[in-house]
Amino acid sequence: MDRAAALPEWRANLATIAALMARAKNELLRVPGAAIPGVLAPTIFFLGLNGVFGALTQLNGFEVGAYESFVVPVSMLQGAGFTGAAAGVNLARDMEQGWVDRLLVSPAPRWVLLAGTVLSASARALIPATFVFAIALPLGAGWPGIDGLFVTYLMVAAMAAVAACWGSALALRFKSQSAAPLMQAGMMALVFTTTAYAPLALLQPWLRTVAEVNPVTEVIEAARQGFVGGVSWAGTWPGAVALLGLLVVLGAWALREMRRTAR
Amino acid sequence: MSGMATNLRVVRALGMRSIRQTFRRPQLMAPILVFPTLLLAVQTGGAGSAVDLPGFPPVQGFLQFMLAGAMMQSLMLAGNSGGIAFAVDIEMGFTDRLFAAPIPRFTIVLGRLAGTAALGLFSALWFLAIGLLFGAEIHSGVAGALIAVVLVTATAMAVGGIGAAIALRTGSASVVQGLFPLVLVVLFLSSAFFPLDLMIQPAKTIAEYNPFSFIAEGIRNPIIAEVDATDLLYALLAIAGIVVLSLVLSARALRHRLRVG
Repeated sequence: MDRAAALPEWRANLATIAALMARAKNELLRVPGAAIPGVLAPTIFFLGLNGVFGALTQLNGFEVGAYESFVVPVSMLQGAGFTGAAAGVNLARDMEQGWVDRLLVSPAPRWVLLAGTVLSASARALIPATFVFAIALPLGAGWPGIDGLFVTYLMVAAMAAVAACWGSALALRFKSQSAAPLMQAGMMALVFTTTAYAPLALLQPWLRTVAEVNPVTEVIEAARQGFVGGVSWAGTWPGAVALLGLLVVLGAWALREMRRTAR
Repeated sequence: MSGMATNLRVVRALGMRSIRQTFRRPQLMAPILVFPTLLLAVQTGGAGSAVDLPGFPPVQGFLQFMLAGAMMQSLMLAGNSGGIAFAVDIEMGFTDRLFAAPIPRFTIVLGRLAGTAALGLFSALWFLAIGLLFGAEIHSGVAGALIAVVLVTATAMAVGGIGAAIALRTGSASVVQGLFPLVLVVLFLSSAFFPLDLMIQPAKTIAEYNPFSFIAEGIRNPIIAEVDATDLLYALLAIAGIVVLSLVLSARALRHRLRVG
């Protein structure tokens, strides 16, 4: 107690976040099977979309040689969405079991508790992303270059944080794992109502309109650029801004729900 | 009351319970309706230009083509959800109480499957309604729609039998839930979402032999063209094969469950 009290506030906050991340890591190590669906789902989607819709590259206006290259960043981001939403499901489980109540009576600031969940999801999302990427390369996906890979992983980690904020806000609002489908479906809709399947010009008019206003389109384009061409600042910053905006909005919502829960 | 009438009452009561259970729990309902509807929308919007590919069968639009795929996805997830709910019943001891009741054991499984079949029927009607609402025509008219509905309902029951068998064998909801990705694999490796001739290898070769491809074609045929007796026959044979498999597995699993308690 004395040692904790002696810590400056910022160090105590960092220690709390690290402890929450360590808890998430222990969960992963002790129940590795729990991570399998989060890894399998995007991998199956990658293989399935490629096998089923691979012929789309024959369409006029589809200027990418291999559909694998086009779709692999989508699956990596989908994995991030699943992982982030799963963090929300885990939080709902923790609420049902009373663990969150104990956290809320601790002197840790609310944002620190949320940051532990969100950053754990970001780190965890690198597992399905790496798995999908490792499968995609031998199947024909192009090498994105170190800079392209770095940008993709950055987008994946930030997308998982966005999904974790979304999942946490819903978990705190509904206080039940029954909200899990809403967490997953929300992320699925956000990722797929973009240029996930085909370039903007080839989308049906209604989806093109939705994709144009969906901020995740910019995220997918930024994550994809290394796989289908060169990486540029102009292709990266819109995705980064979109993720930052989503993080601010959804993070604020999750924090508000956490404060409301504490009251 | 005759034995047959009593059995029917049991099946109806358990079937109704299964349906109510699904509608009350969003985590069971979402995979049956929300995810397939969402995927139908994004696939139709995202890959809709595929109808311009050389070799794509003549269709009114990609939505018309995709309705069968959405129904297939929904019915398979209905079977999986039914299996999960059955496993939850086993975990919570509800099935043990049913086993102790003076009713034939097969009615317990059949009651669950009746519920799954009803959900299959509901999903077929749901996707037909969505198709009609968004402008897709049912090429073979009312008769074609009825054929699609019957095939979807029968397949849901057949697939539900496999889910029930696994639930009885393992008694674990998480194991049955773990089959969810397998459902997606089976679907992606069939012609549910795209014409067989335009699929990429090795998915194409696997899809050629996947019984769910025959069922998908059987459901799709009356929606996009005149009824083809050959497609219908292959679909019925594929469903019969899955029914036989699920009956054998369920009977064995039921014996196992009664032995281990």
